[in-house]
Amino acid sequence: MIQAQQQPKPSNVDWLTLALYYAFVITGLLCIYASVYKDTHPMIYDTEMNYGKQLIWIGISSFLGLLILMVDEKFFYAFSYPIYAITILLLLAVLAFATTVKGSSSWIEIGGFRMQPAEFAKFGTSLALARYLGGFNIKFKHRKVQYIAGAMILLPMVIILFQNETGSALVFGSFIFMLYREGLPGYFLFVGFMMGILAVLALVIPSLYLVIAIGVIAGLFTLVIRRNKQNLLIVAGVALFAMAYVSSIGYAFENILQPHQKSRINVLLGKEVDLKGAGYNVQQSKIAIGSGGFWGKGFLEGTQNKFRFVPEQSTDFIFCTIGEEYGFIGSVVFIILYMLLLWRILVMAERQRQKFNRIYGYCVASILFFHFAINIGMTLGLLPVIGIPLPFFSYGGSALLSFTILLFIFIRLDSNRQNELRGAFD
Amino acid sequence: MDSVGKRNVLIAIFLSLAIVYIIRLAFLQLFDDSYLRSAQDNVLQEQTIYPARGLIYDRNGELLVYNDAIYDLMVTPDQVKNLDTAEFCRVLGITPEGFIQRFEKMKRSKGYAPYREQLFEKQLSIQTYAAFQEKMFDFLGFTTIVRTDRKYKFSDAAHVMGYIGEVTDRDIEKSGEYYRMGDFIGISGVEKSYEEILRGQKGVSYVLVDSKNRTQGRYKDGLFDTAAVAGQNIELSLDHTLQALGEQLLQNKIGSVVAIEPATGEILALVASPTYDPNLFVGRERGNNYMKLLRDPSKPLFNRPLAAPYPPGSIFKVLMALTGQQEHVLTPSTSYACHHGYMFVGCHPHSSPLQLRGAIAVSCNAYFCQVYRSVVNNPRYPKAEMAYKNFHKHMASFGLGKKLGVDLFGEGGGLLPTSEYYDKIYGRYRWQATTTISLGIGQGELGITPLQMANATAAVANRGYWVTPHVVKTIDGKPNPNPEYQNKHWTTIDTSYFPIVIEGMHDVVMAGTARIAQIPGIEICGKTGTAQNPHGKDHSVFFAFAPKNNPKIAIAVIVENAGFGATWAAPIASLMMEQYLTGKCDTRPALKERMLKGNLVHKNDTSAATTQTIKR
Repeated sequence: MIQAQQQPKPSNVDWLTLALYYAFVITGLLCIYASVYKDTHPMIYDTEMNYGKQLIWIGISSFLGLLILMVDEKFFYAFSYPIYAITILLLLAVLAFATTVKGSSSWIEIGGFRMQPAEFAKFGTSLALARYLGGFNIKFKHRKVQYIAGAMILLPMVIILFQNETGSALVFGSFIFMLYREGLPGYFLFVGFMMGILAVLALVIPSLYLVIAIGVIAGLFTLVIRRNKQNLLIVAGVALFAMAYVSSIGYAFENILQPHQKSRINVLLGKEVDLKGAGYNVQQSKIAIGSGGFWGKGFLEGTQNKFRFVPEQSTDFIFCTIGEEYGFIGSVVFIILYMLLLWRILVMAERQRQKFNRIYGYCVASILFFHFAINIGMTLGLLPVIGIPLPFFSYGGSALLSFTILLFIFIRLDSNRQNELRGAFD
Repeated sequence: MDSVGKRNVLIAIFLSLAIVYIIRLAFLQLFDDSYLRSAQDNVLQEQTIYPARGLIYDRNGELLVYNDAIYDLMVTPDQVKNLDTAEFCRVLGITPEGFIQRFEKMKRSKGYAPYREQLFEKQLSIQTYAAFQEKMFDFLGFTTIVRTDRKYKFSDAAHVMGYIGEVTDRDIEKSGEYYRMGDFIGISGVEKSYEEILRGQKGVSYVLVDSKNRTQGRYKDGLFDTAAVAGQNIELSLDHTLQALGEQLLQNKIGSVVAIEPATGEILALVASPTYDPNLFVGRERGNNYMKLLRDPSKPLFNRPLAAPYPPGSIFKVLMALTGQQEHVLTPSTSYACHHGYMFVGCHPHSSPLQLRGAIAVSCNAYFCQVYRSVVNNPRYPKAEMAYKNFHKHMASFGLGKKLGVDLFGEGGGLLPTSEYYDKIYGRYRWQATTTISLGIGQGELGITPLQMANATAAVANRGYWVTPHVVKTIDGKPNPNPEYQNKHWTTIDTSYFPIVIEGMHDVVMAGTARIAQIPGIEICGKTGTAQNPHGKDHSVFFAFAPKNNPKIAIAVIVENAGFGATWAAPIASLMMEQYLTGKCDTRPALKERMLKGNLVHKNDTSAATTQTIKR
């Protein structure tokens, strides 16, 4: 009986998730192939090329995934803190012996292989958070719990910021979705959302006008609410905070962001038109996607990607290939499938008996959603260029491996839920 | 909120973002086709296939203008590797400083990119090209491209053939972007007026290029490519031998010759002097040569035979004789006495009184002043204005006072004053024949271009009609399609009034002022003129046609500031008619020699300012 609990039955593996995973990696591989393909010399298979390497990485990932499915599910629970510790150490090691690639020093080279520990920190942190928050007698509403969980998120985030990988660091902010599920008050999401809106407004509108507008809105508020002392204080406090925040955005923008980040944001806001420089990526990305039309140009027919007009076309801008070669219909199918995966993960998370499993599931969904949101938003010209990959699609071994591990750990945890159920009755 | 509710909130957040993205995708991919166009701009490169420009022949099939290959040296800076600069400069014949200068100039030019092919040196000589070809494999990154330029086989007829040059921004705009920067376009002469026929139709080949502008193959296997259509060949009505003779005869003289085939209006020769060598407008010195010619005080670029207005002189007497008869104020037997002139118009000694034929033969000023007076003061019309209007109508019917519509640019209209013109000067009803009497002998407020003079001569030769003069006889073997060049313009003079005038003109050559123009065996009808010129010596004028019956050539010759018509203009016309009608010009070597050697330019420095201007 104990033996049976340790080995997952194939019937318990969530085949829909697995199928979506393979649909994504194979489509991604085709897109990577299309982005290097040339009519003049068609290639069958070449390990020197991106798609050849990616195929090898898919093989390695599948093997690793299989391995994860075989491992005792207690392993992840037991080793969650050590794994977190190792990823933190690796991140620190990167700071010490980094190999700089395209301005970011987040790569570490071991025997000819380059890897990006920041990618692995994502599931490391997820495991540790699940372990901590899933612990017996831990209630998220306690201040202490909030601080510890916050520190566990901020630690890798700060180290990664020091590696100049702003995009990867931002990913850790996505845990807010999981925290919301675990008890973070809903207004945090609202406040976060409002802060985002205010930040954008502060960059577009002179902050003085914005401060006045906030004052006027606050004034209007006092007319409609019950004017007792407490309410008035809250309104005044919120308004003052909002004013201070808005005023500081301009300063932070000018002094904290790096020039390339500033110009990416300015391009997005339409304050800077530089189609040859900062705006080139996005412009070419929009051209590639926009030229796809309804049906797309067809596999290997996308000229913009094939002829290298879109920079980073096989990594961060891989979605351009989908948009160009498979058109509106293909892009919508892609988005629907991606939503299906996220929905499936949330459904699976909610059916877990163990808190650890559920929290981990929410972490996976949060991270995947954040990557999707930022990556697609960037290629569509809706968000500033933040270089983070599209999970399962983008070329790159570290990313594919880490997303595979992230997802497969959850599939493994989920596959055990019926055993747990049985165990509970036993 | 319960846990499932919270999950649903998250799902709602995810889905709303997905919907935002789908809407954005719809805008990019479905509602906005500018991205599709940008994508095509990115990858599709139009490569122009230039057609061969049409060739130009003379009326006897002699090739006058053809195309010649020129070689431009191009460089792709990114691909230049291990260049032996010293050897390169030696082969190209430039200095190392020049080499650096060229690169720097290239870098400053618009559209420079190190991976793009740039023009390094324009129009290599054929020798340099050959030397370069041998060494090309040493000079990685450098290539040559072949283009075609015009070549003129002879150095004459520059004003007819014209020349080509690079298009201007205005040309590009006017053509609706047919031309691209650097294309050639006809700038004057036939090259300009028949540009669309000569240039043919450019072809286009679409190729795909990558982000570094490297060719990646043909677009849809050439489905949208179009082939270039070669320009059509043109046969000029010009007789090249005649033209060349005309230019030789006018050497060192300022003047014009226009010869027309009367029955067809085809221009046989159109000589301007001074002129220029059309090959000056070929090759890399094009621009410099143009500036030099433009600054030349003798105005070699001025198309005298088409544009320069001269006082017509005696051609007007012939037209007066016709008008007088048509208006029934003159018969062949009308005679007037000459008292060495009429009013303030003087006349030379001759027998008197004379009848019409004799008056033409001796060119009696007094006689034609009388005719003019009787035409304008014709009692049939209540006022001189009306009579004058009638006179004006007759003159205009010979093509005077307006542009004829020759198929060349730069034609002038001359000047034939209207009655309103005199009304303005003298006041309405305040003038009459004697006020404007000098018109009768072709002086005064009159301007007639050599082309108009030749055309009026052709009308006389045809006994009453003319065909608009033109220089292009056939296009691609088919007759010039412009109907203007086939229609007969009938003058307002009845055919029956011509013979007596033509007899008079025959007498001019047989026994009158132009005996020097006689050619044995050919009946020539002509009329000398000595057009008074307020700016210097009189212009020597002669117009004629031959043979008398069934004329084959009508010619007008004007030599500026050369004195009597018989001295220069008549012999030149005679020699050219002989050349055209007999195919050679060797019966009067002494006369020919005198004409060829005659140098009037350096004698008359004051008159270098060419034609008198009679515009007011």
